[in-house]
Formats: sequence, C-alpha cells, structure tokens
Amino acid sequence: MQTSSNILSWITFTPLIGAAVILLVPRGREDLMRWMAVLATGITLALTIVMLGMYDKADPGITQFQFVVQKDWIKSFNIQYFMGVDGLSVPLVILTGLLSFLCIFASWGIERWVKAYMSLFLLLETGMLGVFCSLDMFLFYVFWEVMLLPMYFLIGIWGGPRREYAAIKFFLYTLFGSVLMLLGILALYFASEPHTFSLPQLILTRAQWAKPLLGLAFFWKIVFIAFFIGFAIKVPIFPFHTWLPDAHVEAPTAISVILAGVLLKMGTYGILRMNYPLFPDEAHWFSWFLALLGVINIIYGSLCAMAQSDLKKLVAYSSVGHMGFCLIGMAAMTSQGLHGAVLQMWNHGIITGMLFLLVGVVYDRAHHRDIDGFGGLATKMPIYAGVVSLAFMASLGLPGLAGFISEALCFLGMWPIYPVFTAIAVSGVVLGAAYFLWSYQRIFFGPLNEKYENITDINDRELFTLIPLAILAVFVGVYPAPVLSWMTATLNHLQQILGVTVGI
Amino acid sequence: MLELLNPRDIARISPELVLVATFIIGLVMDLVLGKRGGKAVAVFSILGLVVAVFVDLLAGFLGDIFGGMIVRDNFAVFLQLLIVLAAAMTLLISIWTSEVSDKPTAGHREYYLMVVAATIGMFFLVGSNNLLMLYLSMELLSLPSYLLVGWLKRSRKSTEAGIKYIVYGAGASCSMIYGISLLYGLSGSLYFDKIQIFVATIGSKPDLPAATFILAVLFTSAGFFFKVAAFPFFQWAPDVYEGAPTPITAFLAVGSKAAGMGAMLRFIFVCLAKRDPGNMDVFTALGSVDWPLFIAIISAVTMTVGNFMALIQTNAKRLLAYSSIAHAGYMLMGIPVLSLLGLQAVLFYLVVYLIMNLGAFLSIIVLENRGISPEIKNYRGLGARAPAIAVAFSIFLFSLVGIPPFAGFIGKVYLFAALIKANWYWLAVIGVLNSVVSLYYYAGIVRRMFLEKTIEEAQIEPVPFLRMILWLLAIPTILLGVYWAPVMKMAHIAAYSLGLPK
Repeated sequence: MQTSSNILSWITFTPLIGAAVILLVPRGREDLMRWMAVLATGITLALTIVMLGMYDKADPGITQFQFVVQKDWIKSFNIQYFMGVDGLSVPLVILTGLLSFLCIFASWGIERWVKAYMSLFLLLETGMLGVFCSLDMFLFYVFWEVMLLPMYFLIGIWGGPRREYAAIKFFLYTLFGSVLMLLGILALYFASEPHTFSLPQLILTRAQWAKPLLGLAFFWKIVFIAFFIGFAIKVPIFPFHTWLPDAHVEAPTAISVILAGVLLKMGTYGILRMNYPLFPDEAHWFSWFLALLGVINIIYGSLCAMAQSDLKKLVAYSSVGHMGFCLIGMAAMTSQGLHGAVLQMWNHGIITGMLFLLVGVVYDRAHHRDIDGFGGLATKMPIYAGVVSLAFMASLGLPGLAGFISEALCFLGMWPIYPVFTAIAVSGVVLGAAYFLWSYQRIFFGPLNEKYENITDINDRELFTLIPLAILAVFVGVYPAPVLSWMTATLNHLQQILGVTVGI
Repeated sequence: MLELLNPRDIARISPELVLVATFIIGLVMDLVLGKRGGKAVAVFSILGLVVAVFVDLLAGFLGDIFGGMIVRDNFAVFLQLLIVLAAAMTLLISIWTSEVSDKPTAGHREYYLMVVAATIGMFFLVGSNNLLMLYLSMELLSLPSYLLVGWLKRSRKSTEAGIKYIVYGAGASCSMIYGISLLYGLSGSLYFDKIQIFVATIGSKPDLPAATFILAVLFTSAGFFFKVAAFPFFQWAPDVYEGAPTPITAFLAVGSKAAGMGAMLRFIFVCLAKRDPGNMDVFTALGSVDWPLFIAIISAVTMTVGNFMALIQTNAKRLLAYSSIAHAGYMLMGIPVLSLLGLQAVLFYLVVYLIMNLGAFLSIIVLENRGISPEIKNYRGLGARAPAIAVAFSIFLFSLVGIPPFAGFIGKVYLFAALIKANWYWLAVIGVLNSVVSLYYYAGIVRRMFLEKTIEEAQIEPVPFLRMILWLLAIPTILLGVYWAPVMKMAHIAAYSLGLPK
C-alpha cells in the first residue's frame, strides 16, 4: 500500500534547517555551533528511527513506496517534488542518519571555521538523505549534485596536505560521471509519453518507451552504460576508483567516514534503484561484466590494500575490495545475492565507519598513519587495541560479525550463476585477512616504540562514537534477520521486474 | 504598402525616444553642472533606463513599426528588459568603481551617457527586421562600446583594448555589410520576411549561384559571431575584456552579447527558417545548405576553444573572457534544434548568464576597489579575509559551471533537454563534457580563495553599496536554481512570438 506522510521531508531538510540556524550563531560560540549540529543530526536520526517504526516490511517497493510526498515543482516540465522509501532505501536512510550523528562527535576536534564546517556537513547530510529518498529523477539528480559542493570544501579546507588535489579530483570525477547520467535522464524523459521524470512511472511504462531510438537497437544499452558510469565512479568500480584513495586519505576523519560509509553506497544504490528496474534486459546483458568488475574490485582492491604503508590508505583500498562483494551479489541477481549486496552496503557502512574513526583516533595522538611507525601499542592502548581487533575482524569477515553474513550471502548467491568468478572472489577474503592481520600485528604487537611511551588510550568521546557501531556489527553478525527482513519484499519485487525466479 | 512616415510610429518607438532624451538631457546636465555633476548624470541615466522599461512594458504596442523596419514583439521586449537590466547594473556599479570614478579620467560623466547610447543601439538591434536597420543599430551599439573600452586614457591596456576592439569590430562590420549587400542582390529585399521567401525557394532556382548565397550568409553571420564572441571571431574578447574598465567588460559580456544573440536569433529564425504551420513548436530550416549542422559545429568548437583556453589563464578577467566565449558556445547549442524549446532555452540562459556573470565581474570590481588586482594569485586566502565576497563569488562561479542548486544548472539543463528532444546527442555530449572541463578553472579561483591559506590577515571590507548589489545578484542565482517557472514562462512567451506567420 502506498502511504503518504511528510516525515521524509522532515528527515531530509532538518539538517538544512540546522545549517541555517548555525549560520546565525555569532562568532566565538563554537561549542554552541557544535551542539546545534548535534541537535540537528540527533533529531534527524530520531526521525529516521520513528520512520522505521512505522515502516511496513511487507510492502513491495521499487514501484510502490511508503511515506510518499508528491507535489508539482515545475509544472511545465513535469518535474515533481516526489519522495518515498522502500526496502532498498530504508537501511541506507538509517545508516546515513546514524553515521552523520556520530560524525559530529568525531568532528569535535575541528577548530578552524567551525561554523562553515558544521553548516557544510549538515548540507551534505541533506544531500545524502535526499538522494536516498527522491523518486523524481530530476530531484534525485539535484540532490546527487548538491552533495558535491560541501564535499569539495570539506575535503579541500579541512583535509590533509594534498587536500587541494584530492578535492578537485573527487569533484571532477564525480561531475564527469553525473553529467552523462543527466543526459540519460533527459533521454528517458523525452522517450516516455507523457514526458515524466517519475521513476516508478518510468518503470511501469517501460514497455512503451523502451524502443530503438535513432535507429539504434542498442540505444538503451548506451543509456544504461551512461547511468552505470555515473554510479560506478561513486562506488568506485575499477577503473574509476583512483579518486578514492586520494579523497579518503586527505579528508578529515569524519568526512572519510561519510565518504566510505554513505557516499560509496550511493553508487550501488543507484544501480539497484535505476539501472536494474529501468533496464532489466540491459542488466542481464551486462551482468557477467558486472560480476567480472566485482571480482577485479575484490582482488585488485585487496592487493593494493596489502601494499599500503599508510593505515588510512589501507582502509580506503579495503573499501574498494568490499564494494566488490556488493557488485558480485548484485550481478548474480539471485535472492541471496541481492540480500547480500544490500546488507553488505549497510555492513560496510558500519564497519568502515569504525575503521576510519579508529584511524582518526591514532592519528590524533601520533600525527602519522605509517603502519610500520607504531609497534607495541597494545600495551599502552589496550581498549583501543580491543576495538580495532573487533573492527578488523568484522571487516575481514570473521563469522559471528556483520561482514561475514553479507559476504557469505553474496558468495552463496553468486555460486550457482558464476562458479568460476566465485572461486576467484573467495580468495579476496583470504587477502583481506592477510592485510588486516598483518597490519594489526605491526601496529599493536612487538616491542613498544619508545616514541609512544606516553600515548593515551581512547577517550570517552571517541568510544561514544564507536560503541553504537560495534554493537551493530556484533548484532547483525549474530542475528541479521531483522535487517534482512526490511528488504525482502522489495528485493523479491526487484527480482520479479528483472524476470528471474523470485526467492532463489 | 510602405508607410515610412506614419506619425503614429513615432509614438511606437517611445521607449527608444525616452533613451534618446535621457542621452541629450544628460549631455546638457553635464554642461550645466560641470564637474560636480558626475553622480547626478549617472543617477539620471539610470532613471532614464528605468522609465524606458516602464514605457516599454506599459505602452503595450506590439507589431510592425516604420513599415516593418522594426518589429516590437514579445521577443524584442524580453531582450530589451534584459538589456536595461545589464545597462542599469553597469551604471550602478560604475558609480562605485574607483577605476572609473576616482581616477582623473577627463570627462568621465560622458561615460554614463555612452552606456545609454549603446543601450539605444541595442534596443533597435533586437527589434530590427530589416538588414539595413540591423546594421545601423549594430553600429550604434559598437561606436560607444569602442569608446568605453578605451576609456582609461592613462592605462595602456585599456587604450590597446580600445584600438583592438575598433579594428576587429570594423573588420566584422565590413564583412557583415558585404554579406548584407550580397543578400540584397540575391533576394532583392532587405526585409527579413522577404528574404525568407527568397531563401525558401532557393532550391527551385537552379540558375541561382548557391555559393553566393552561402557566402552571403557566412559574411552576414560574421557580424553576429563577432558580437557574441563565437568562433572564429572571438580573439578580440580576451584582450578587450582584460583592458576595458571592469564594469564595461561586464556590460560587453552580458548586454552586448544578449543584444547580439537576440539579433542573430531573429535573423536565423526569420530569414533562414520557417515556423511549421502544422506544429508551432518546431521550425523548418530553409535554404539549400545544412546550416543547422554548421551552427552546431560552430557551437561545439566555440565552447571547446573557450573552455580549454580558459584553463591556462592566470588573470580573472581574461579567464572570464574565455568563459564568456564558452558560454556563447553553450547558447548556440539551442539554435540548431530549431524548436521552441531550444529558443526558449537560449533566452532563459541569457537571463541566468546575465545575473551570474554580472555577479562574477562585480566580485572582481569589489576586490579591485580594495586594491586587489584581478590576478588570480592575489585571491589567495580571501575566504578568510573577505568571507562575504568570497562566498558570493563562489556562488557565481559554481553557477557558471552549472551545478545545482544554482541557476546556471537549470539554464544548461534546458539547453541539453532541447538537444536531447531533437536527438542531437553528439552536441549534448560535447556540451556536458565541456561543463566538466570548465569546473576545473572556475574551481581554481575558489581553490585560491578558500583552500589556500592567506598570507595577509587584514580583513577586506567591501563598499557597503556594492556588497548589497553583490547579494542582490547572488540571491536570484540561487532562487532561479530552485524555482524558475515564472522566468521560464516569460522566455517561452518571448520565444513563441518570434517568427509567427503574419
């Protein structure tokens, strides 16, 4: 049943209101600004949880949404303010709300231009939530692009030594991907009759517009690829991944968390939200290639991670690898594969969020991230070492922790379709274990590096940002059923649209 | 029947007459008031412009004037509004521009009147429906522009720019008058509608030298390409934009370009194309050559050259000069699709471009006033020293790239939409890729301002009045990016009135 409500508008625009309020706070009241940001993200998080409480898991999604708002925006061009969620977006909306809230605390140490930082951060949150909630493709595109500006400044102003390069590289890559998508959106608009940007309507009327255009039978394959490149750059899928290590390494801790935890998911979300239901035939045609790309991501990302001496870069490349699991799960189009892919998006957000926060903790104390430059920290930072081990284990896929469930589901789903790819991809898990354990050993074991005689253990504020994520990582690892149940009906419907046997 | 001397026609050009009166009274005021009268003349000129707009809107006469020499349709009125906006803004800004009003520039009061004179030329230009009228108005626009570009007598760059502009301008106008004479010789008329009848039948006249017709159109369009700074007549722009007083640069970049674009659109859509009687939304290309493809290629080359040249600029004024070339290229994208949607996209883009580009030049002026010359390296750390200017400047620059939620994005979306609707995919792809390229140099300025740490700490306080105008331009840049329906509606009405069959 399609339900309507204004809650999504409140979720999306509460951060924006917060940003406006922060701009009014007089200079010199930095703590007030920080607390305002906590308030804004806190209300948003609370609203997402309220929304989850009202969410009906049995709803099919994809073409039928909940909490729908639909109003005319620009009538002459049939652009609508059209928002709604289903089982695909709900986990990501909650993830965004949670990570943004925690990241404000992780940004407590920002001293320069606090007002600008917090406002841009909240603007970014509005952009992210808008992307996950919007169902009008024009609106989606606006939110998609609106994120770029705050991200550019957040990396560029508060980032590391090579921040200028990283910021513009991120901006150029993403803009390049999205402008092609814009042309794709316009092509869909003019192909449909009556012209519409409404995603559900385009999916439902596919039979009517999906005809050869310009005399090209493969016209929609080109559009599919235009969309795919836009999303692939965000994921990032090899060979479009080179912006990621730069951006992640240079960005301040909280922004790395958001980049890895939420922004990367937009790519995979976009493929599932747009490419799959709009172009099911093209998706089948493309699926083996997507699986191949996924395998490349896993192996290549893991090998790169292994070669890093910078801890943050290692985590960044591990993201490339872990998003590869998502891709193979999606490529399989089986029920397990799709569940695995969406769960992996959620799990990766939580686990990589933890990893980046943890890197931030040690960087704040040691002022470097060279894996070989530590040594024996376990004796001085026992709690920190414990939390890191939990995060590393969760990330490398230890059974009982979140990462294992989603990776296993991806493999299970892929095995009947692409056995060879699966076999290669599984070796990625071994590589993941190798680089995580190896670096853990180098940082925490062995003789204590004398420089860190006086290093202090993790403090309460830092623990506060990590504990919710750690609890979720364990909880989902032990009992994933609740999270999976949000998405089942939606993914079944997606399978139906894709024309594969539902539930397998 | 030609009614060249219909007395009612005098009343019908009352907006232009108001401007002429403003010009003459301004001159007298200048004589009477002498040196004290500088600001008074400026304020009076602005007042004259405002009155002209009101007369333009309220007089309400639409139709042929002077036997069809001039047409006043919604298209002309729309562009006249834009032109007045550009001219009035230029004058307002000039009053507080130290470069113009402080330096011992002899007789700087005429400066304001020259802007009014150029505005008269533009008013006639966008309504011209006759090649001779078109040529004369083009000259009426050009002559004051030459003077204004070289206004700073003691500045070598300004003088050089003035000379360059005259030389290039004279070349373009020679070529144009030659083209016009060829067209006249071929068609036997200077009136656009008559030329259209000739062009429509050109295929059925095998004895007619097709090459002559092509040459005629090429030479005529040289004048237009010069005015809008399109390939291959754009080389003047960087030097002239850099050397001219900055308010005049802004005036050339937005006002002159809008007028030139308007005249070109009328020439193309009335002389070389015809409205499809079955479907009023589309036009049919006339003539024996595929000129839409020609315009498309010009558009692609113009934006690509503009953007790539802009990449290597170190002076903000030069950079904006190349960017304005690129934007001429974007606007030309709306022409080859030959549809109402394309036409209205160009007109809407002109509005957006006027606001954001004026804003960008104003930011430069505000900084120049405080002794920061437009070398981009001087903008280092402005985010800390002058946050208000830097934020507004960034809004204009990102809008020029075409990123939501700014107006420039909407302008581009409509241009691309027109292309996609008419299946001009290749041009749309070149257009979007150019947008990506342009991000690099626009963001380069932003990078200097915000990402690099400042060397000097001293705060820069803009002139309060100029800061107000800065926000007066920044706010619509955002608003039009969020809700643009009313302006689009106006652009639609204006586009619809062009080339309606009599």
